[in-house]
Formats: sequence, C-alpha cells, structure tokens
Amino acid sequence: MNRRLPEERLQDFKEVATGLPEQTAVLEALRCMGCPRPLCVDGCPVSIDIPGFINAIADEDFRTAARIIKQDNMLPAICGRVCPQEAQCQGTCILGKKDKPVRIGALERFVADWERENGVEPPQTAPATGKRVAVVGSGPAGITAASECLRAGHQVTIFESLHEAGGVLTYGIPAFRMPKDIVRFEIEQVLALGAELHLNHIVGRSVPVDELLAYDAVFIGTGAGLPYFMSIEGENFSGVYSANEFLTRVNLMHADRFPEFDTPVIRGSRVAVIGGGNVAMDSARVARRLGAQVYLIYRRREEDLPARQEEVENAIQEGVEFVCCANPTRILGGPEVQGIECTRMDMCECDESGRPVPRPCTGEGSTFTLDVDVVIEAIGQGPNPLLAGLIPGLKRGRRGNIEVDEDGRTSIPHVFAGGDIATGAATVIWAMGSAKKAAAAINQMLADTDSE
Amino acid sequence: MYRIIKRNQIADNIYEFWINAPHVTKTGRAGQFVVIRIDEHGERIPLTISATKGEDVRIVFMAVGKTTQQLAALEEGESIRDIAGPLGTPSEVKKWGRCAVIGGGVGIACLPILARELKAAGNEVTGIIGARNEGLLLLEDELREACDELVICTDDGSKGHHGYPADILKEMVADKALDAVWIIGPAIMMKITSFATLDTDVRTFVSLNPIMVDGTGMCGSCRVTIGGETKFACVDGPEFDAHQVDWDELMNRQRTYTGQEKESLEHYHEHKCECGEHQ
Ligand SMILES: Cc1cc2nc3c(=O)[nH]c(=O)nc-3n(C[C@H](O)[C@H](O)[C@H](O)COP(=O)(O)OP(=O)(O)OC[C@H]3O[C@@H](n4cnc5c(N)ncnc54)[C@H](O)[C@@H]3O)c2cc1C
Ligand code: SF4
Repeated sequence: MNRRLPEERLQDFKEVATGLPEQTAVLEALRCMGCPRPLCVDGCPVSIDIPGFINAIADEDFRTAARIIKQDNMLPAICGRVCPQEAQCQGTCILGKKDKPVRIGALERFVADWERENGVEPPQTAPATGKRVAVVGSGPAGITAASECLRAGHQVTIFESLHEAGGVLTYGIPAFRMPKDIVRFEIEQVLALGAELHLNHIVGRSVPVDELLAYDAVFIGTGAGLPYFMSIEGENFSGVYSANEFLTRVNLMHADRFPEFDTPVIRGSRVAVIGGGNVAMDSARVARRLGAQVYLIYRRREEDLPARQEEVENAIQEGVEFVCCANPTRILGGPEVQGIECTRMDMCECDESGRPVPRPCTGEGSTFTLDVDVVIEAIGQGPNPLLAGLIPGLKRGRRGNIEVDEDGRTSIPHVFAGGDIATGAATVIWAMGSAKKAAAAINQMLADTDSE
Repeated sequence: MYRIIKRNQIADNIYEFWINAPHVTKTGRAGQFVVIRIDEHGERIPLTISATKGEDVRIVFMAVGKTTQQLAALEEGESIRDIAGPLGTPSEVKKWGRCAVIGGGVGIACLPILARELKAAGNEVTGIIGARNEGLLLLEDELREACDELVICTDDGSKGHHGYPADILKEMVADKALDAVWIIGPAIMMKITSFATLDTDVRTFVSLNPIMVDGTGMCGSCRVTIGGETKFACVDGPEFDAHQVDWDELMNRQRTYTGQEKESLEHYHEHKCECGEHQ
C-alpha cells in the first residue's frame, strides 16, 4: 500500500495509506494466477470469491468486482483498510511462498473506493415480511446483521447507546486509518435499505429488556468495550487513561481540535503506551499526532507484537519508540503522573500459541523507569457487561461473553449474538462473519415460523 | 434532537430544564443520570435525573463552565443534540424505616425524585438542604411536599439553621432516629457530612460525580476506588457506601482538566463576542 510521508502525516489525522491508482490495481490483479484451489479464500473469514473479483479487476470490470465482493462482504471499504490481511488471505496466497502475495486488501479497498465514487448499486431486497428484528449495537456486527435481515425483507430497528453509529470503527480506530466519512457512508448504505436507527438508546435502560424481547428476533452486537486495567500502583492518578478513553476523546469527541471542540485531552510531552496490539498502535500514533514523544511498552519481543504488521511499520516510521520485553509494575507520581517503573522480562519456552512466555528478570538492573506524564493502558477489553447481565436466562461464559453456537444462537430461542460480545475482542471481519451467520439463522427462523 | 420544553432560573445562576426524552423517562429512576451533548462540537456531560413527568425529564445545573453556560443560554423550544439515559444503577429504594436525604448546593436537585420514591416505599423521610446563602437554595416548596419534614441550612445564616446539614445529621444520629441517609453534593461536602455516620449502623449513600465520557462503562474515566477496589461510577454507581470511598483520589481526578476548562470557557466567551450569537 502506498503511504504518505511520516513527517507529513504526523501533522494531521488524514489517511496514511493512499490506495492504489487504477493502473496499478489492474497490474496487481494481473499477478493473480487464478489458482483452481485458491488458498486465499480459505484464509478469508467470510470466504470472498477472491480470484473472481481479482479477475474482474484484471478485466477492468470494476462494477462486477464490486458485485462479487458484496455477495460476501457488505463493508469492503472498511475491511480493505483494517483487516489483518497478512494473517488471512494474503498469508495463504500461493505467490507469497516465493515472492510477495497478491495485495488482496489493497485491491478490495480499490474496488470499494471505486464503487463509492461511481455510484453504489443498491442490493436487492425481498418483499416486506412484516417481521420485526431488533439489533443492539451499531458496530460491524450490528450493521452486518441489520443489512442481512433487511435484505430478507424484515423490519429492522438498530439501537446504539452512543451519539454516533459505527462502534469501534467510529470511537476506536483513528481517522488516519479509518476515515470517518467512509464509515458513515457504509452505514448509510445499510440505513438506506430501510433500517431505523435510534442513537442515545442504551438497551437494558432506555429500552427495557421485556420490550427488546418482544421483537420477533433479537441480534446482540454490543462489542467488547469494557477496558481492562493492569491493577498496578498509581493507576488512578490524573493522566492515566484506558486506550478506550484516550481514543474516544480524540476519535469520537475530537479532543485533538480542543477548544474548538469542547472535550479536552491531556497533551502529554512524554507518553507511555502499554500493550502491543492494534489498540496500542492506534493510541501511540494518536499521541504522536498530539505532539508527544511516545514509548510503547510491550511484554514480549518485537516479532511477537499482535498488531497488524502494516501498523507496526507505520508506528516505527512515525517515531514511536518500542520498549520490548518490559512490563510496567508501578506508576510514579501523584496526583499527576511523573513516570513509570518497569521490569525487564526474560523470554522463556513457548506456550501453545507458539509465543515465548515472558517472565520477570530478577537481580541488579532488572527494573528501570521512564519519565512520562501520560500513561495509556491498551492491555485488552472485555465484553460489554451492561445488557448481557440484564437478560434473564441468557447464558454467559466465564469472561462475561454471551455463549452462542455456530450460528449465533444464544440460550434464548429468538435471541442471537455475534461479534466481540460473543467471541471476546477479535477483528472487524470476524465480527461481520459471525453476524452474517447469525442473521442467516434469524432469517431461517423467521421463514420457518411463517410457514408453520 | 431533543426539545427544551421548559426553562427556569430557580436560584442564583442555577437553572432547571425540562427536556422531552421519552426513552429516558420510561424507566428513569432516582439515583440515575443522563449524558447530554449540546451540539456537534459539544462534550458529553452527566447530569442527575431530578424529576420526570410524562415524557419530560428535568435536569438542574449551575452555569459555571463552558457547557453549562452555553446550556443556560438556550431558550424554551430550542433543542439539544443528544440526551442518553437513564444511566447508572438506581438508588437502593426499599423500606428502610427512617431516612434522610441531604443535598448541598446543586445536589439539592437530586432529592425530589429520591424523596418521593422513598416515601412511596413506606419510609419516613427528612430532607436537609444546605447552601452558602439563601440565594443558592432551590426547590424548597417541592421538597417540603415530597418529604415529611424539611430542614434548611445556610452557611451564612441568611435562612434556616446557621450552619451545615452535617450538624442536623449528627443530631439525628445521636437521637438514633435514622436508618439510611443519602448525601448528595460537592465531593468535599459529601466527605465531611458522611463523617457523622461513621461507626454507626446508618447506611450512608453518596452520589459520586467524577469526570465521565461515554457514561456506559466503556472508557473508565469515571473510575473510583471503593473499599480498595476500582469501580466505574457510571455503571457500578454513581451511588456508593460513603465510608468506602477514596475521597482524595476522587477530588484529584476531578481536577484533571482544570486548566483546559478555563481555556474552553475563555474560548467560548471570545467566540460569543465575535459572532454575536448565543447571548
Ligand atoms: C482501537 C482499536 C483498533 C482496532 N483495530 C482493528 C483492526 O485494525 N482490524 C480489525 O479487524 N479489528 C480491529 N479492532 C477490533 C474490531 O474493531 C472489533 O473486533 C470490532 O469492531 C467488533 O465489532 P462489534 O460490532 O462486535 O462491536 P463494536 O464495534 O464494539 O460495537 C458495539 C456497539 O454496541 C454499542 N452498545 C454496547 N452496549 C449497548 C447497549 N446496551 N445498547 C445499545 N448499544 C450498545 C456500543 O456503543 C458500540 O457502538 C480494533 C479495536 C480497537 C478498540
Ligand atoms: S492464492 Fe493468491 S494467486 Fe491464488 S487465487 Fe488467491 S490471490 Fe490469486
């Protein structure tokens, strides 16, 4: 993917990756060998017909390419940007064995952007069934479920507790990776199919549970929004943020433009971000754009970072300093943050995931401190507890996630769930994939009750 | 968009707004709050539900910061962009026996809905309200009706008891005339007033007011330490056992943005002069 220069992109929140020009896209598409048993499709969680759409690009028939993608993925402009392709389709592409894999993500994005500029073809919808489906949450899971149920002709009402739709796409992932006008555009496509969207509605509070359960079917896609904290000393000093809070202040509330926008954020001069996933990379890169020197503290080695490879590269280019094999033990200062104390970690034998287990070093020189004035904890999120705990009889797993079968069915017959609330914090495409299955099960159930 | 149905100034610099928000009034109860955002540029601020009537919810605030001053400048018939709620866990309303509800400053506004619910649950309710001076007292008539008895205090003696609600509370505790008490007001007032029930078996609730962003449990901005454990005021609270609260931490965290709040207010006033709107 082509990227803007680091010095330039640190000045703003505009998109970093610039996308492929038409000619480059066609040339890239021509690299695909059209394997008879395409491995890339196995690597894709929603099994897009990848050789099919790439072939259409090679033929310069972008309309057909868009049609093919949309059979399996309603939000290609989003997935083309944020999917961890190196671990999915591109990771299994046969060309990657010897050379570079086909840049499938970049091609998907190209097609979606082309379609947005050249007019979107509305999908076909079945005649109205008169059945009512409630969708809770407007993240990738909720939006996908809504669109599938709408296409089956059901009446869909989406409830969202925040003042804007999109879930993590809106409040979590920064605009330089996921431009907000694109999120809005994709959501509007779904609303255009006739969904009713109620913002500021917290299901379980604004919408009582009995009212929710009165719908013919319910899809819960409330996400994994509950931030975990490390439980170390000094954690509640002013200047310690969860990544969710820091990112929400900037992405949803536009604190980067304070005081033009009312929400403030502390502009630290030196910021420590704890964690190694996408959320940590996003926090670090936002903090860089707010003008801080940024340390990213991660327990394991650089090669173990779970974030998308492209974003790790971006963070390095943007001057984020990686402090690997280190674990924070204490935040210093009070009431404001003055520093963070860390212990160096030894890498021991690997666990089942193939990553080495970090263990604290002991003895002289095993601890060190960094002078920082802001700490951002990006160590993971748990399932949103609010609604799931209020529905009597809804089975939940140990960590509070909603238990579902392969088709998204919960322990209550007409209630389905998908996305992070069911799987725990995962990815956009997994959220969409699971929502799609759940929606298919909902549509099946509603069709069956009709024929009875 | 949510319409302002009624707007009144009810004390010095203190306003009541009735806002049409059926999704809030449907289940909104004592102890819960809403989060509002005035416009596209606005911040999200939490405000306690002071009363509900039909589809309208009442909020009460003092116009001190940028957002509350901008809110105060709105007229009846105008609208605010967002109101989300009801949020938080409702007050523990049950038959306690004898209850007191204590309000300090704007905190008084939280009492009417609570007093009514406590009464309806069969409790005998004493209201105690305090403010710096007479001009800052509010909702007296309404509270006189909602409570069995109402005691008024002012710091300067301009009305009622010359002193603090804590004085009255101490007497009630000494007389063993109390089973549960709610103390709602500025953090320092809640902290000091709650000393009166330390080492007694009077259940003592306070309603904490830390800084919030989403108000739905997703950011952790409102985390408070209760009995040594971190809790999110927006979902676990905002009401907690007064004697378990780490007050100093709460007050420190409340001061996080003092500088920016001033800057925001200055920016607002400059902007106001330039465009001549929003007066
Ligand atoms: C900072 C960050 C960066 C990420 N980067 C990537 C990436 O690069 N690639 C990738 O694939 N994945 C990434 N992820 C993960 C991905 O965003 C999530 O897996 C995905 O968004 C999950 O979708 P969802 O629909 O299940 O939940 P969410 O997107 O969390 O949406 C849930 C929605 O439900 C709403 N809600 C919750 N409770 C209620 C209620 N009671 N009533 C009404 N509404 C409610 C919430 O407000 C929210 O809008 C990232 C996550 C974060 C936080
Ligand atoms: S694996 Fe690679 S070469 Fe084969 S079809 Fe998929 S993208 Fe084309």
